[in-house]
Amino acid sequence: MIYLQLFITFLQIGMFSFGGGYAVMPMIQRYIVEQRGWITFHQLADITSISQMTPGPIAINAATFVGVKVAGPLGGVVATIGSITPSFILLILLAYFFFRNSNLYYIQDILKGLRPAIVSLILIAAISLGGSAIFLETDFTIPWLQNLNYPAIVSALIALFLLIKYKVDSVIVIFSGALIGIIYHAITII
Amino acid sequence: MSISFTKLFLTTFKISAVTFGGGYTIVPILRDAFVNKYPLMDDEEMINLIAIAQSSPGAMAVNTSILIGYKAHKIKGALTTAVATVLPPLIIITAISFAYQLFATNPWIQAALIGMRGSITAVMAYAVFNMGRNVLQQKKRFGLIVMIGSFILGYFHFLPTALVILLSGFSGYAYFGLRRQIKGWW
Repeated sequence: MIYLQLFITFLQIGMFSFGGGYAVMPMIQRYIVEQRGWITFHQLADITSISQMTPGPIAINAATFVGVKVAGPLGGVVATIGSITPSFILLILLAYFFFRNSNLYYIQDILKGLRPAIVSLILIAAISLGGSAIFLETDFTIPWLQNLNYPAIVSALIALFLLIKYKVDSVIVIFSGALIGIIYHAITII
Repeated sequence: MSISFTKLFLTTFKISAVTFGGGYTIVPILRDAFVNKYPLMDDEEMINLIAIAQSSPGAMAVNTSILIGYKAHKIKGALTTAVATVLPPLIIITAISFAYQLFATNPWIQAALIGMRGSITAVMAYAVFNMGRNVLQQKKRFGLIVMIGSFILGYFHFLPTALVILLSGFSGYAYFGLRRQIKGWW
């Protein structure tokens, strides 16, 4: 039964994809491309580039894509549920333990160490996203003024202004970026 | 400090639908919604949830949403936010898998995505600034050292993210534990 196979395969992948993001890609290559032959290497590369263009974590995108390719939309649903089931169960257990024992002093000590690190990790993510947004190419031999992605820069500046000055909802701020990108493109093709 | 299931679902769904980039990208945006807009928790608690989310396998976006849902309405809440986070990519990828070439080469879609990348970067930078200020308000020296240390370790790929988290947790445990011991002796 193909649905059960999809579910179990993505359950395995979900169980061992520590680190998130691209950490899941080698697992998909091993289980899906090499062992099952459900998709080709070429399609795996396609998923990676689709993931950069669409919302959602790459693991979920890959599960949906493979599921749909193998067994249609229902396959996509089954594969996606499989991939989040392990972390769902583990997180409920962790959350249950944490909310009951959050007053324990050693848990407080650990969390005091974790908080500054989390801020830095988000900063690192912001820098790498910002870099890919602001520059057109990663090739830095190009004069940097010609390598700037102006619509992204304008969007970022307007977004900062909306956030700091008017405390606009972040979802609306993100959409303002889409609008600016589209307007910029409209101007350049006229 | 409570939020209805509908609002929980819609807020998470909306955020998941517009957040590109994966990893930590979605986290500051969830924070903006559930710390600032619907005060379900304070910044400190939010960071605790992020730390727990990181210590489990799976995508950060899904993990953090599950914990926010659990915080709001226990297991039912966690199921609500899990579905709300997964649904937008599920729908979009299902649609795209039938028309990938059309999507990837459409210049209007590309233009919108370029702009969104810029605005998401701004949202993240703004959140990092607020969270950092918050963390440094207490335990300034220790916080600054851990912040700079984990930035260097993570940014230059000296250690994988999971180990950076582990190390910083241990440093808190060792530093504050030792301080408590020393105070006990005096």
